[in-house]
Amino acid sequence: MAETTTLDRPAPPASSGPALLSVRDLQAWYGESHILHGMNFEVRTGEVVTLLGRNGAGKTTTLKSVMGIIGKRTGAINFDGHDISRAASDKIAKRGIAFCPEERGIFASLDVRENLMLPPQVRPGGLSLEQIFELFPNLRERLKSQGTKLSGGEQQMLAIARILRTGARFLMLDEPTEGLAPVIIQQIGHTIARLKKEGFTILLVEQNFRFAATVADRYYVVEHGKIIDGFANAELEANMDKLHTYLGV
Amino acid sequence: MSINIQALLAQLLVGLINGSFYALLSLGLAVIFGMLNIINFAHGALYMMGAFCAYFLLNLFGIGYWWALILAPLIVGAFGMLMERTLLQWLSGLDHLYGLLLTFGVALIIQGLFQNYFGSSGLPYAIPDELKGGMNLGFMFLPIYRGWVVAFSLVICLLTWYLIERTRLGANLRAATENPTLVRAFGINVPRMITLTYGLGVGLAALAGVLSAPINQVRPLMGADLIIVVFAVVVIGGMGSIMGSIITGFTLGVIEGLTKYFYPEASNTVVFVLMVLVLLVKPSGLTGRAS
Ligand SMILES: Nc1ncnc2c1ncn2[C@@H]1O[C@H](COP(=O)(O)OP(=O)(O)OP(=O)(O)O)[C@@H](O)[C@H]1O
Ligand SMILES: [Mg+2]
Repeated sequence: MAETTTLDRPAPPASSGPALLSVRDLQAWYGESHILHGMNFEVRTGEVVTLLGRNGAGKTTTLKSVMGIIGKRTGAINFDGHDISRAASDKIAKRGIAFCPEERGIFASLDVRENLMLPPQVRPGGLSLEQIFELFPNLRERLKSQGTKLSGGEQQMLAIARILRTGARFLMLDEPTEGLAPVIIQQIGHTIARLKKEGFTILLVEQNFRFAATVADRYYVVEHGKIIDGFANAELEANMDKLHTYLGV
Repeated sequence: MSINIQALLAQLLVGLINGSFYALLSLGLAVIFGMLNIINFAHGALYMMGAFCAYFLLNLFGIGYWWALILAPLIVGAFGMLMERTLLQWLSGLDHLYGLLLTFGVALIIQGLFQNYFGSSGLPYAIPDELKGGMNLGFMFLPIYRGWVVAFSLVICLLTWYLIERTRLGANLRAATENPTLVRAFGINVPRMITLTYGLGVGLAALAGVLSAPINQVRPLMGADLIIVVFAVVVIGGMGSIMGSIITGFTLGVIEGLTKYFYPEASNTVVFVLMVLVLLVKPSGLTGRAS
């Protein structure tokens, strides 16, 4: 059952410095179905790294595995000098990883303020409510609304905003632009760029590589539960043809 | 027919008292169901343990009613948390049926043990001195202890509602009811929260047990009789809402009381008739979420 797994291609060039997150031979299962077959990648402090790949490739599963919310996972996951491959998800969050799930995960039984205040602070230095409202002015007016009564875009902002409060410096964002209008995608792009400037490290999952190109330092391509390629943003143009084949667009 | 106001009010009061117990118990059941997804059939046995706890505190340690109101819920709640850690936690993710069967079995064991040592007859528990006697309200005579039970239960129910619907802790609880995985991934210790929630629900049952001790005596099967009606109340109200279980609990107690006055023959069955009617019209209960 254990396939020997290595990168099919050499690891992509990356900005120097030690890896904040390093994933080696990650395998993951939902019940009996074996989804990840040996993922290898890393994210360095301050980088924005994007996972690209078709539907069902295993991008979300990768984030869930790092977060520790999947049935079974094996391999080495190292974060900030600690092995988190066997830790429970609340302990992983406390190490400073924050997760914004694909389906956004806004709670219907909580109002916007409660949604915003839900994730506990794991580190000092999270954004204050004022700073959050400066990033997402819409939220200030909607504090009393039921979380799920917000528009899709507002819910996405809320989902990002609430993890910025926690002080976590490593964010995993799963398709934050999915199904949103261009102007909101732009706003989320600005937010990510701004977070990057402030030193956050971000692991992003995106189908929309035109959007990703505006914020990412590096890309990995995921297919059938493996990383099959990777390159830096500067090499994006040169890799366009390959990318089109990989993503089938 | 001529209405005897005195008798009617007396039955109303009995109804309100029963309603207090229904509300406290169905509230606990709803909280437990929301968080653990378990239909806690042991609830009646735990209610009985609350009453016995008060009895032991008094007769073994000379600790009276007022302390029992605090200690019994804590002691029985701790027992519940132990039960959650050792038994119930392994059922997470399984069908409701497993939790129901397990807690039913636990209830039978607890009740069997108590029956073995104490028989089936009731042990007396005196009304505390401060609450003895009655008040003449002009239109009726109100035994103080009974008035106290209704008022205190109502306060506890509303406090529980406030805790869950209006506080930070309650927000964590509501969120974890919706999506425990994500809440845990935010760094909240959800398993500990589940244990405490079970403790809270059980503590409410034990508190009801203490309140009932001076009225109904302390009997091993006191909970077994009551819990059947409480489950009907829960079915009628639905598991979905905290306020819903409180209101349904009190309302059904009152309806039962009124039935006792107007048509006593039906007083033991009226709740079940209502349950059938509600199930026909709205299977998820009056305040329940459709599942
Ligand atoms: N809860 C689950 N149970 C069983 N299989 C699952 C589950 N979630 C996902 N899968 C399967 O795992 C594979 C990878 O899914 P994943 O969600 O990681 O893909 P993805 O790359 O995020 O896709 P998308 O771009 O559509 O979000 C898919 O084949 C999917 O069918
Ligand atoms: Mg996905």
